[in-house]
Amino acid sequence: MKKTLIALSLTALLTACASDPEGQTGAPITDSTTGSGGTQSGIDTGTMRGNPLTDPKHPLYQRLQARSVFFDYNSDAIKSEYMPVVENHAQFLRDNPNQKVLIQGNADDRGSREYNLALGQRRADAIKSRMTLLGARSGQIESVSLGEEKPRCTSATEACYGENRRGDLVY
Amino acid sequence: MARTLLRFLILAAIGASSAVSAQVTIEIVGTGSNQIPIAIAPFAGEEASQPTLTDIIEADLARSGRFNNLYVPPQNPSLSEANTPDYMSWKARGADALVLGSVNSAGGGRYATRFHLYDVPRQQWLDGRDFPAVAPAQLRAVAHRAADYIYEKFTGERGVFSTRIAFVTKTGRNFQLIVADSDGENRQVLSNSPEPIISPTWAPNGKSIAYVAFDSKKPVVYVHNLENNGRRAVANFTGSNSAPAWSPDGQRLAVALSKEGGTQLYMVNADGSGVRRLASSSAIDTEPVFSPDGQSIYFTSDRGGGPQIYRMPASGGPAQRVTQSGSYNVSPDISPDGKWLTYVARDSGRFQVALLELGTGQVQVLTDTAHDESPSFAPNGKMILYATESGGRGILAATSIDGRSKYRLSVPAGDVREPNWGPFPAN
Repeated sequence: MKKTLIALSLTALLTACASDPEGQTGAPITDSTTGSGGTQSGIDTGTMRGNPLTDPKHPLYQRLQARSVFFDYNSDAIKSEYMPVVENHAQFLRDNPNQKVLIQGNADDRGSREYNLALGQRRADAIKSRMTLLGARSGQIESVSLGEEKPRCTSATEACYGENRRGDLVY
Repeated sequence: MARTLLRFLILAAIGASSAVSAQVTIEIVGTGSNQIPIAIAPFAGEEASQPTLTDIIEADLARSGRFNNLYVPPQNPSLSEANTPDYMSWKARGADALVLGSVNSAGGGRYATRFHLYDVPRQQWLDGRDFPAVAPAQLRAVAHRAADYIYEKFTGERGVFSTRIAFVTKTGRNFQLIVADSDGENRQVLSNSPEPIISPTWAPNGKSIAYVAFDSKKPVVYVHNLENNGRRAVANFTGSNSAPAWSPDGQRLAVALSKEGGTQLYMVNADGSGVRRLASSSAIDTEPVFSPDGQSIYFTSDRGGGPQIYRMPASGGPAQRVTQSGSYNVSPDISPDGKWLTYVARDSGRFQVALLELGTGQVQVLTDTAHDESPSFAPNGKMILYATESGGRGILAATSIDGRSKYRLSVPAGDVREPNWGPFPAN
């Protein structure tokens, strides 16, 4: 039974990859219709194949590699291109109720550090809120902000600011 | 030599002048009007310490923008308070105020300082001061007290040279929380971390500092006790914890927390107990600061769209918008007399220190820089310390509240930021 599920999942994964080279579709990988048994299968899969977050051989591995969501200036709206990131992780959390994640919001460095901390929080909250709508439990997710304090990029350019307006999922 | 340079440059007072004193560079970039011309004769026996007492006193007075230090060449024998001043010759040099003093060995490697003040136009002895004997390392503190005394005698306002400031440095990947004398000297590292530190703020009694550190992958509010060098987390709830502000009695801290979603204002007791929500909005509410009477809290909120400064009762209740012009006004601080609000205003992409007179609503932009942050009033309300950028590096700067007198204070570190001016020392 489990083998069949895995096989189906793998097929779904391969199909998804074929039609979406960037791996950004939101098609579910694990079957969530099987109730608690199905939920457990996610963990069993992990046990059998190693940790999907760290084991490149795990069928979910690729899906969970993208862990950043980027935002427009002064915005906490999740752009459609990053929805698959949110969906993939939301499903992973839904299927693994003991798994927790920290979402760190970030902001570019223009203006007040404390206000930017609050803007980063708003972004982290937006990701958390979407993930809970998609079935993750609120208690699995802590949303926090690093404000402008941990920039990925340090030049004063638009491209750089864009890279720093970001939410990161940290397991 | 450095002293001659200092005097020369301050005398010149054209554009930017600089003097180096033990690593901290003070650059005076503007001077006030109606400066008091003061002559401070090198104190007899002051060679006991370097920089000398008069170096430090002159640098203090120069930073205030209220004095014009006249160059007095060393005499042989040195002048001291034991001499009767030749008023006519001091008048001829343009001095309105004169200081004569001496540093005297008291045995055991300790030195006693005394000085007298004179009103040159009136040809009058004004007052004198005797400081108890101290070790050479403490002569710096004596100099700041002497400068405070001179400043108060001639301006009628309390001096801030004996106060301390807190700030954060970032050197490479290392962050340090530092407290120093108001001139950036005598630095003491309170915390050293590979993770960021922001928002240090002095307790009203000057004995501890609240700040935000990111050691645990998220912002947590700590209080560092300067007396026992211990730190404790006072706000470490789920989510982000930031923007601490002391109540004037030092018993409570207003903080911004995201524990219930969003960034909202809460109050905690100074030991971290008794958290309670102050207000509820669907917007960002952060950067609280108490009015000096403890009755109101000023804070930044974007409830109207962009961030603006609002005021609400400290016990909670409806908020009123305070900043009316501009689309981005943040980081409020209130003057000790409660009459002025300083904040950072964005105008055409430039972030500048602004001053709003609360009684009239009149606003004045005080700086001509573009990356100003974290303005903080001196405890006498006459100067505002802030962070800005120069040559791509974070530095500290200060401006008088009329914007006419400014200085930059660059500490040897990659970036200096997040300044907060401490209270008057307890006497």
